[in-house]
Amino acid sequence: MNFEHTEDRRMLADSLGRFLREQYAFEARNKIAQSAEGYSPERWKQIAELGTLGALFSEADGGYGGSGFDIAVVFEQLGRALSVEPVLGALIVGRAIASAGSPAQRERLGDIIEGGCIAALAHGEPDSFYELARVSTRAQKKGDGWVLDGAKAIVAQAEAADLLLVSARTAGDVTDEAGIALFLVPTKTAGVSLRGYPVIDGGRAAEVTLQGVTLGADALLGAEGEGFAVLERAIDAGLVALVAEAVGAMDVAKEATLEYLRTRKQFGVPIGSFQALQHRMADMLLEVEQARSALINAAAALDDEDRIRRERALSAAKYTIGRIGTLVAEESIQLHGGIGMTWELPLSHYAKRLVMIDHQFGDDDHHLARYIALGRV
Amino acid sequence: MDLSFTPEEEAFRAEVRAFLAEKYPKRLADKVRQGKRLTKADQEEWHAILNARGWLANHWPKEYGGTGWTPGQSFIFDTECALAATPRIVPFGLSMLGPVLIKFGTEEQKARWLPRILDGSDWWSQGYSEPGSGSDLASVKTTAVRGIDAQGDHYIVNGQKTWTTLGQHGNMIFCLVRTDPKAKKQEGISFLLVDMKAPGVEVRPIVTLDGDREVNEVFFTDVRVPAENLVGQEHRGWTCAKYLLTYERTNIAGIGGSMAALGRLKQVAAKQRKNGRPLAEDPAFAARLARVEIELENMKTTNLRVIAAVEGGGVPGAESSMLKIRGTQIQQELSSLYRRAMGPYALPFIEAALEDEHYDAPAVGPAGAAYAAAKYFNMRKTSIYGGSNEIQRNIISKMILGL
Repeated sequence: MNFEHTEDRRMLADSLGRFLREQYAFEARNKIAQSAEGYSPERWKQIAELGTLGALFSEADGGYGGSGFDIAVVFEQLGRALSVEPVLGALIVGRAIASAGSPAQRERLGDIIEGGCIAALAHGEPDSFYELARVSTRAQKKGDGWVLDGAKAIVAQAEAADLLLVSARTAGDVTDEAGIALFLVPTKTAGVSLRGYPVIDGGRAAEVTLQGVTLGADALLGAEGEGFAVLERAIDAGLVALVAEAVGAMDVAKEATLEYLRTRKQFGVPIGSFQALQHRMADMLLEVEQARSALINAAAALDDEDRIRRERALSAAKYTIGRIGTLVAEESIQLHGGIGMTWELPLSHYAKRLVMIDHQFGDDDHHLARYIALGRV
Repeated sequence: MDLSFTPEEEAFRAEVRAFLAEKYPKRLADKVRQGKRLTKADQEEWHAILNARGWLANHWPKEYGGTGWTPGQSFIFDTECALAATPRIVPFGLSMLGPVLIKFGTEEQKARWLPRILDGSDWWSQGYSEPGSGSDLASVKTTAVRGIDAQGDHYIVNGQKTWTTLGQHGNMIFCLVRTDPKAKKQEGISFLLVDMKAPGVEVRPIVTLDGDREVNEVFFTDVRVPAENLVGQEHRGWTCAKYLLTYERTNIAGIGGSMAALGRLKQVAAKQRKNGRPLAEDPAFAARLARVEIELENMKTTNLRVIAAVEGGGVPGAESSMLKIRGTQIQQELSSLYRRAMGPYALPFIEAALEDEHYDAPAVGPAGAAYAAAKYFNMRKTSIYGGSNEIQRNIISKMILGL
């Protein structure tokens, strides 16, 4: 038993954390988060230069890490800084390419890891809610290649992306796991159109419409109709990332709230001297430590080849941080009182991110139900 | 980062399992699994089995007859015992007084009392709480007045202790007593060992809401206690009291017990039917079951993190308060779900079925129904005892949060 990160991981976390504290401090971050681009090309380049993205991939895939705990240390730091940079897209799309890509497709990995190619996952659809297998977008064979038609929803940082990983159905019913295929689609491909918008927790996303998008045979990632398993494994890494990001954000929200309880005075004394608030803060601390344990469990499970065990651990963790992230957000705002309601306070942005993480790749209800269903298999 | 136990720890686990398989009587396991109340003889039998193997005092250093185990080994041992449905080791002598004597006792006291804890000569009770002091332990009113007469240096003790768990079995009790009435609250308290068979000691049962008699009131009327039974310095008993309350609480979450309870709950939920389907498939029940299972899995990792920190040289501090709060919440939720799983059959209350291991009247309701509700009501105590969960939150506020 050992709950210390390796020296290498600690150094990576330290250097990334230091960079973000210096170059991605709250004011700067908010400017970036509300900018027209929805991210900072300059900071993105620097984050990649620090080796951040390489840590998310194994040596065989061109990185120097790739384990659940490598992902965890990176995203905890990104969560602490409320980064809106497109790291999650690089992780998910990169891991899908790494696991299923042809030699030619795998050549893109280097570009993704160096930050030269921004990638985004275009999988969810307007009516898929959190169902991973619900895909209506169609892919039809045309000659050697494919034609894609459909719509993808809330594609994070799609406008910034050079490359989209698009899921589309080549066979089966709309909710079948079989019959889903994955395609690598450059954003500039004819027939791809974006309706971009800001999202409430900073950065941007887009509704992506695919209309007669004509692709070569080399756009297909993995085998035709067998994309679900690839997608699930890639999103697994994304779940660890989101759980870690949430833990990082929770830590900051907790620290900020504690500091406020110590300094804010009412009735002539710090409000932290009131037992009603102390107990809520003590519960928050306890919950955050449970969330950290859930992250450790999830990171350890990521490479488990037993699918049921792995997916249950990941759903347990995503359920846990969905529940606790929302709790920390709501409690932090309440304990701050009126000032917690304001845009100017950093805390309120952490609260928004924590709640919105629950809306990505399945909320706590979704993952609790999934955890139960997997237990019956 | 590595969540697995070392090969040495796994070998130790195998050793514990083999020992339990060989030495732990099925009779006792059945009794525990069926939720029957344990007798003094049952407890003593289990203690004697452990003592014969040298595994009874698993929090003590080797030189005093303890195991000298690491916190990790203790965790493994507790977990394996719970999964094998053993009784819990009665903590008052072994986990509470023993460490206090080892830390604060004189050589004579250690030589006299520690072996008697191990071989079962003494059954210790805890004399902390009083009618007027629940969680406010330092408000001790029981007095001990020092005097010297022809028979020697002694104290005369007057007052009352309460919530004395299993005090009906006890022959000795360690007490917090006020030796200096003029001193400030936490000063002027002393830690005294009292013979419960001495004239002037009276034990009266308190029947709890589940009909059980596991707690008592203990009255002291002019009880004479030899001065040599003072542990630590006079008026400085609060130091002992505090040490006792924080000592070795890395297993306070009761993970093993909850794992065993979860296993029993899942068995019941698979068998019981609701609307013609297994209760485990009822969405509302399944959700609660899944929540507590996830919470327990998270808690287990939190517990192991605390153990790893302690093994790395840290001191188990206020983190044990977190383990206590969430650990007891999980225990209570599990007992609540077990009660709910019985449906209307939670109602029958047949005490003979709980008391008598040879009870063979036809069962009323499903297996486990006899104790489901009684156990649930009994488990309400867990968030009250050992420093209520609200007191634990106070500790977290002060010790960790610095509020």
